[in-house]
Amino acid sequence: METIEIFKFNSIYRDEMKVKGYIFGNGDRSAVIVGPSRGNENEQLYICSSLVRVLTELEAAGAISNEKQIMVIPSINHYAFNLDMDFFGVKNLDINRCFPGNDYGEPISRLAGGLFRAISEYTYMIQFTSFFGRSDCVPHVRMMANGHENVSLANLFGLPYVVVRRPQPIDTATLNYNLQRETGNAFSVFTRQKEQIDEKDAKQAISAVLRFLTRMGIIKYECHSGYISHVLYEDDLVEVYAEHAGIFRRIVNCGDDVKYGTDMAEILDPYDGSVREIIKASTDGIVFFAHNAALINQYEPAFSMIHRLHE
Amino acid sequence: MVEILEEYELPIGEKYKLIRNRLTPSSEINSPGRISIVSGIHGDEIEGQYVCYEVARRINESPESLMGIVDIYPALNPFGIDMASKINPLYKRDMNRTFPGSENGTLVDRMANAVISNIAGSDICIDIHASDIFVREIPQVRLSEEFAENLLPLAKLTNADMIWMNATATVHESTLAHSLNCLGVPTLVIEMGQGHQINKPYGDQIVDGIFNILCELGMWTGPRPRTQLPAMSGDGSVEFIRSEHAGIYMPLTEHNHFVKAGEVIGELIDPFKGEKIQEITTSGSGLLFTQRIYPVVSEGDLLARILTGAF
Repeated sequence: METIEIFKFNSIYRDEMKVKGYIFGNGDRSAVIVGPSRGNENEQLYICSSLVRVLTELEAAGAISNEKQIMVIPSINHYAFNLDMDFFGVKNLDINRCFPGNDYGEPISRLAGGLFRAISEYTYMIQFTSFFGRSDCVPHVRMMANGHENVSLANLFGLPYVVVRRPQPIDTATLNYNLQRETGNAFSVFTRQKEQIDEKDAKQAISAVLRFLTRMGIIKYECHSGYISHVLYEDDLVEVYAEHAGIFRRIVNCGDDVKYGTDMAEILDPYDGSVREIIKASTDGIVFFAHNAALINQYEPAFSMIHRLHE
Repeated sequence: MVEILEEYELPIGEKYKLIRNRLTPSSEINSPGRISIVSGIHGDEIEGQYVCYEVARRINESPESLMGIVDIYPALNPFGIDMASKINPLYKRDMNRTFPGSENGTLVDRMANAVISNIAGSDICIDIHASDIFVREIPQVRLSEEFAENLLPLAKLTNADMIWMNATATVHESTLAHSLNCLGVPTLVIEMGQGHQINKPYGDQIVDGIFNILCELGMWTGPRPRTQLPAMSGDGSVEFIRSEHAGIYMPLTEHNHFVKAGEVIGELIDPFKGEKIQEITTSGSGLLFTQRIYPVVSEGDLLARILTGAF
């Protein structure tokens, strides 16, 4: 394993922020694994750093295929992690809304540009990211439906679900969207947790990456075959919104198989504790996404469900 | 008439509201024209507050001169204004990346959709921004080339100091202006001053421009203000000067002044060592229309913009 410096950012009174890549094997730039861009994505940081450890062991055991190279970038936003901030720099901007970047632009744009150039040299890109809000979801691989997506490849991760999203204007500056336009092989892996570390969840994500690398012939590794992924189109998910705001008391969890009309959560009046609303399942199916904060706003997504899919 | 057009519950005793002040002619007019004046999408950009006030004040002073409908939306992001935050603190995202929204989506989508659907049908919309807290700008209209043919004649009436074609992300996809222009509502984005402040002369200048537009559209029979023709600029005639190091920036030139090629306009200093890190010079001659105000800079931060070639 060797390390390279992908990008360096200077602040007058802080240590330099060095974005480092950990490189395994020699030869074709086969796969790059990109860590979290927001400073609250602790689970994603844990997964990527664990991957560096596992790949170091595999390389020592001769398990990286000949003429194949893997790079892992565990963190691209240490400044935010170190201060428990979500976004980058004094302007508080999201790096994952600044791709493909610009080497001559704003600091964040230079960072995105430097990363993009390094990442786009690789054939396959696997990014660990998460949803914006306070929520959890079933583990899945996500791709943008921009005409360049390869859903069959996404299946090779062996995670329960592959989700294909129709891109919105807000997506057009994400790493996944831009890289998929460039190489057609960009995958975003979503795990259940974000701020808390969940060992079981992390293990599943690490296995999924190793499985993919094995199936693409990049490493030699014996692993369980995982799931035959169920492919979902995001537009087909059934959204369940809170009709009222208040204290959110969740009854069901991600991955639960619920029947139409099942109580999914209660929304309580924060002054007197009375029930303002009982959120009921609007279809039979599996809970794909669930709000996990103690409070909820009106019309905030409380759940999304996979319509008529059962365990 | 001040109206609440849309409101959503927050968890504890508060609502997220879309509020508009509609000023109408004192006598009945067949098919009156309509102008929408919008501000406060970015909560740290306060310049539009004075513009909204002054437009309403002048109309209230001579209501008989009003021959059309003037809709004023001073605070699209009320929580951002309350918290001096560019992004909407409710969902930690830039509200000007959420348009056009949707009728049945999340709270974010619904509010964006409500804004669009209420402004739709206007003869013109003026979206007033300030700069951020880091740089100061002269009053300018920013246009995307895509809509320039329709917008340019109106932009020339605004009394701004310059019109910048295809300037920044403020005129691009998922913004209010782009969405409204796509719907056929000519929408001008005005940038001026700096974040967290109000520059009254700039505000008065743009208010004169708004009344000039009202006169042009036959919506105001009061005196037509004397206005100027803005300088025109494409991206090719704007010199960006960025910091190449981290340090403290000390401007040596006044904002909104002409500078000569090679002139020293500022210096970057190191407070620890008492040393000058870099002298900042211009390549071309022209108007220094953007000037760094917040002194702490990192590599890539914008220090100045010079409008060259338009004089």
